Amino acid sequence: MDFICNFPFFSILISLFSGTICSVLPAKAAKAVNRLVIAAVGLMSAVLLLYLLSTGESFIYWMGHFPAPWGNEIRAGVLEAGMALFFCVIMYLSMAGGAHKLPDEVVESKHSLYYILVNLLLSSLLALVYTNDMFTAYVFVEINTISACGLIMIRQVGRTIEAAVRYMIMSLLGSGLLLFGLCIMYDLTGHLLMSNIKESVALIMANGEYQIPLIVAVALMCIGLCIKSALFPFHAWLPDAYGYSTVSSAAILSSLVSKGYIFLLIKIIYRVIGFDIFNSTRIIDVLFVFGLMGMIFGSLSAIKENDIRRMIAFSSVAQIGYIYMGFGMGTQAGMVASIFHILSHAATKSLLFIAAIGLTDVSGGSRKFIDLTGAAYRNKWAGVAFTAGSLSMVGIPLFSGFISKLLFAQAAVQVEGKMLASLIVLGISTVLNAVYFMKTVIRIYTSEQDAPYKSITFRDRKAYTVVLVCSILLNVILGVSSQPVVDMIGQGLAMFA
Amino acid sequence: MGPNLLANYGEAVSAILFCIGFTNLLLQTNLIKKIIGLNIMDSAIYLFLAEKGYIAGRAAPIVVDGVTSVEAYINPIPSGLVLTGIVVSVSVTALMLSLTIRLYLRYHTLDLDEISMQLKREGK
Repeated sequence: MDFICNFPFFSILISLFSGTICSVLPAKAAKAVNRLVIAAVGLMSAVLLLYLLSTGESFIYWMGHFPAPWGNEIRAGVLEAGMALFFCVIMYLSMAGGAHKLPDEVVESKHSLYYILVNLLLSSLLALVYTNDMFTAYVFVEINTISACGLIMIRQVGRTIEAAVRYMIMSLLGSGLLLFGLCIMYDLTGHLLMSNIKESVALIMANGEYQIPLIVAVALMCIGLCIKSALFPFHAWLPDAYGYSTVSSAAILSSLVSKGYIFLLIKIIYRVIGFDIFNSTRIIDVLFVFGLMGMIFGSLSAIKENDIRRMIAFSSVAQIGYIYMGFGMGTQAGMVASIFHILSHAATKSLLFIAAIGLTDVSGGSRKFIDLTGAAYRNKWAGVAFTAGSLSMVGIPLFSGFISKLLFAQAAVQVEGKMLASLIVLGISTVLNAVYFMKTVIRIYTSEQDAPYKSITFRDRKAYTVVLVCSILLNVILGVSSQPVVDMIGQGLAMFA
Repeated sequence: MGPNLLANYGEAVSAILFCIGFTNLLLQTNLIKKIIGLNIMDSAIYLFLAEKGYIAGRAAPIVVDGVTSVEAYINPIPSGLVLTGIVVSVSVTALMLSLTIRLYLRYHTLDLDEISMQLKREGK
């Protein structure tokens, strides 16, 4: 086995232990360690991705000295390595983009705690991406929840504490269901490793016995992860949690935390239950319907919103709906579209949150639309970035959002019975997206001469502007050269089987 | 269905307890009652696991008097899972309790709806 095969294990371990190290370091050093770790893990994931693309095969890495049915395992394929790389890139951009606001948002003495939480979050995300063991996945789901809760409440305002409590309650409901589903699954199959469960599940389906408990277990796991990733009827905690936490937290939460759970669900669908067996259950219809509802109701709530950050948060609900609609189609093409949308949404949402903070900064800290009038003239780069993010969300060619909508539409055409519903809702949702995003863009580009606020130029915020430009570039790259990414996703999904 | 339900009454009880805990965590407005619901929900799952790992007439999987035969002991994995689960549930309970204390100090109430009302009145 090559040395590179150790990289997934190293990246989980490095991020976990750097969290512990950060606790004793002063804030500045903790920040440096945090950045360094994210960059190092990203680099390792990139090397791993290249290695996997060249060998064309996934590999399994033993954790400890026990073979398959007993020991714990890590598994890495193209999709896992690609996701890890992407998560690191987004996390780095989010941390760098919100760094200048951190002193205002968090008490100085708590800065090193903030970096501990971010490192912990990164390690739990990586573990969710790489693990091959269901119970390990559950434990890291909980670690992810705890660190995300910390990221929300580290900014000590009444709103954030309440949002953190609401977030915890919904998350705990979700993980309770996930754990119960997992236990029933263990009871039925006698295994905890994904590949072993899959073999037993195929046997159960072939024998025809215990099918109902199996479907109950699958449904419990699905609902649990849906609640945790804020699918439409379970999104009540989301606007406050994303709207009032620190900028970096909001960007990381919306683009990474919920995606980690969705990625785990994809792994469960492919590696635990089996794609075909999952599609033969009615669960996908439920996911499909809730996905469609989320696309519409999320956008409607966003239109009614008068606060720019809460508006972006509600837009996340709609985008999560898109992803579940792709699952609900039950085809390979739908799944590829969903995974591409995970990438595109993560890239766009972090850009929007970071750009929005630039706009509110030059509007006296107010997030109300009325105060944002002309903000794009006062902070030109943030204005450009927000416009680019909005265009991507609406689905204008050149940006990544267009490709994901195109992939969804193409996937929908191939599915009999769900084509009309998905195409119509896709159309309505696009129009609704355009309504609230273009409304904001027009608002920030309406010139106002006698605004009492100071402007911010490139010279004042160099690092911030560089982050914005990098995020826009990431978006455009995903939008312009989407084919290699789509091919990679297809290859990764083939490795899952 | 009848005899199966009677034979597996432990699992049935754990499912009922899970529902009770779940509903409490979801619907109670008092934060402490919510946390109690959380604990009932988690304990119900551990009961389910323990019930599944137990084999009648066998002992706990700890070798004391040199008996190493597999036949003598119950399945140890569910017990291990329960232990891990308890650790997780203790830590989230501690986190929830600390959040509750924070909210109580700030708003002098444990009622989550009341806290939301106060937040709306603050208007921030």
